[in-house]
Amino acid sequence: MSQMILLFISSMLVSNVVLSQFLGICPFLGVSKKTETAAGMGAAVIFVITIAAAITWPINHFLLVPNEAEYLQTIVFILVIAGLVQFVEMVLKKMMPALYQSLGVFLPLITTNCAVLGVASNNASNYPDDFLMSIAYALGISFGFLIAIVLMASIRERIEHNDIPESFKGSPIVLITAGLMAIAFCGFSGLIKL
Amino acid sequence: MNNCTERLYNGIIKENPTFVLMLGMCPTLATTTSAINGLSMGLTTTVVLAASNALISCLRNIIPNKVRIPGYIVVIASLVTIVQLLLKAYLPAVDSALGLYIPLIVVNCIILGRAESYASKNGVLPSLFDGIGMGLGFTFGLTCIGIVREILGSGSIFNFRFWPQNFDTIAIFVMAPGAFFVLACLTALQNKFKMPSATNVTGPQMACGGNCASCQGSSCAANKGLFEAERAAAKAEKARKAKEAAAAKKAAAQAAAAKAVTEKKED
Repeated sequence: MSQMILLFISSMLVSNVVLSQFLGICPFLGVSKKTETAAGMGAAVIFVITIAAAITWPINHFLLVPNEAEYLQTIVFILVIAGLVQFVEMVLKKMMPALYQSLGVFLPLITTNCAVLGVASNNASNYPDDFLMSIAYALGISFGFLIAIVLMASIRERIEHNDIPESFKGSPIVLITAGLMAIAFCGFSGLIKL
Repeated sequence: MNNCTERLYNGIIKENPTFVLMLGMCPTLATTTSAINGLSMGLTTTVVLAASNALISCLRNIIPNKVRIPGYIVVIASLVTIVQLLLKAYLPAVDSALGLYIPLIVVNCIILGRAESYASKNGVLPSLFDGIGMGLGFTFGLTCIGIVREILGSGSIFNFRFWPQNFDTIAIFVMAPGAFFVLACLTALQNKFKMPSATNVTGPQMACGGNCASCQGSSCAANKGLFEAERAAAKAEKARKAKEAAAAKKAAAQAAAAKAVTEKKED
């Protein structure tokens, strides 16, 4: 249990998915203009990454590994994720319209988020035998994404009306902000030794 | 053959995926800790891109239109797996340096973008050269960023250290934050000199809404049309202004001449 909590915290803060592994940069830069939409995107990512990890793990463990077909991992995972996103969207629309209203717009965007595929293939290579560890890792990564994108959106709301040098307006200042956040997250390294 | 060289030029210079289109940012930031890593990531992507463009162009009349995106993804994922196995067998050093980012080539939006916007509409040979051109452009961009980060961060180029051993280097440039800073300076320079880039669009709204998260890689062609229209409009405006200035100058000269004539008459 303590191993799982440690893994959760380390994947959330120490090796943050956006700021130290560079996965999911596109939504991080694209959907971080407003705090509410950023939080919605973060919630949708938590939802999809966790479900994707819960589905790809049994496929890998019970189907691919016994048949010595690990080389099919990339193909199977990307198809499962693309199908899953569509399926989750349909189910939410039918069963939970309220949740669909708040997450709906972000769901199709997540197929192109490389963090989902990254978590699935990291789990397959690091925790092929431990379901709970892979879920803890997926939760940690997706909460790390939520933290990073919400922080980014709040900073961007603040700097929007500031006096920024002309040529740094737009994406350069966002990238500088991301760099400073990455430096801040470097401070977490050494927090946990797994 | 002329068409093929034009595709190469287009991919490497005119629509360079890293500097102009700003696509595939995840590998651009993650694998450019050194020039050699950037180069190997770029070449790996080039192989996948060229092969996927050629294959998808072959299959463009067979894949039904409604399921084309899943079809493209299967083709691309298979090619990435082949390349990954080849790298594991013949270049294990590259495989361990790039690690997770090799399977993630599947979700690199350059590849799906070229498949959707070029290979699905054009013949095999131009598509192949389009893939090679785009891939080499991507390689060029990654290698440049890698060289800058390696010089600043570890004082070397392609693992050849030219900086004296006991001098300190700015180690932060080979760590994660350095990637953001280098890219920020690059886009700031592009803004400064008003170079064509996806980041300094002022005039028309991009067809995709400028939202990279929803990028399916398919609206780039429409964007290009918009930008070209804008550039043509700017050119026409400039020409009109030049004409006006010339007319004003002419009028001023005539007025001066008339004045001189009247002054002469008064004399």
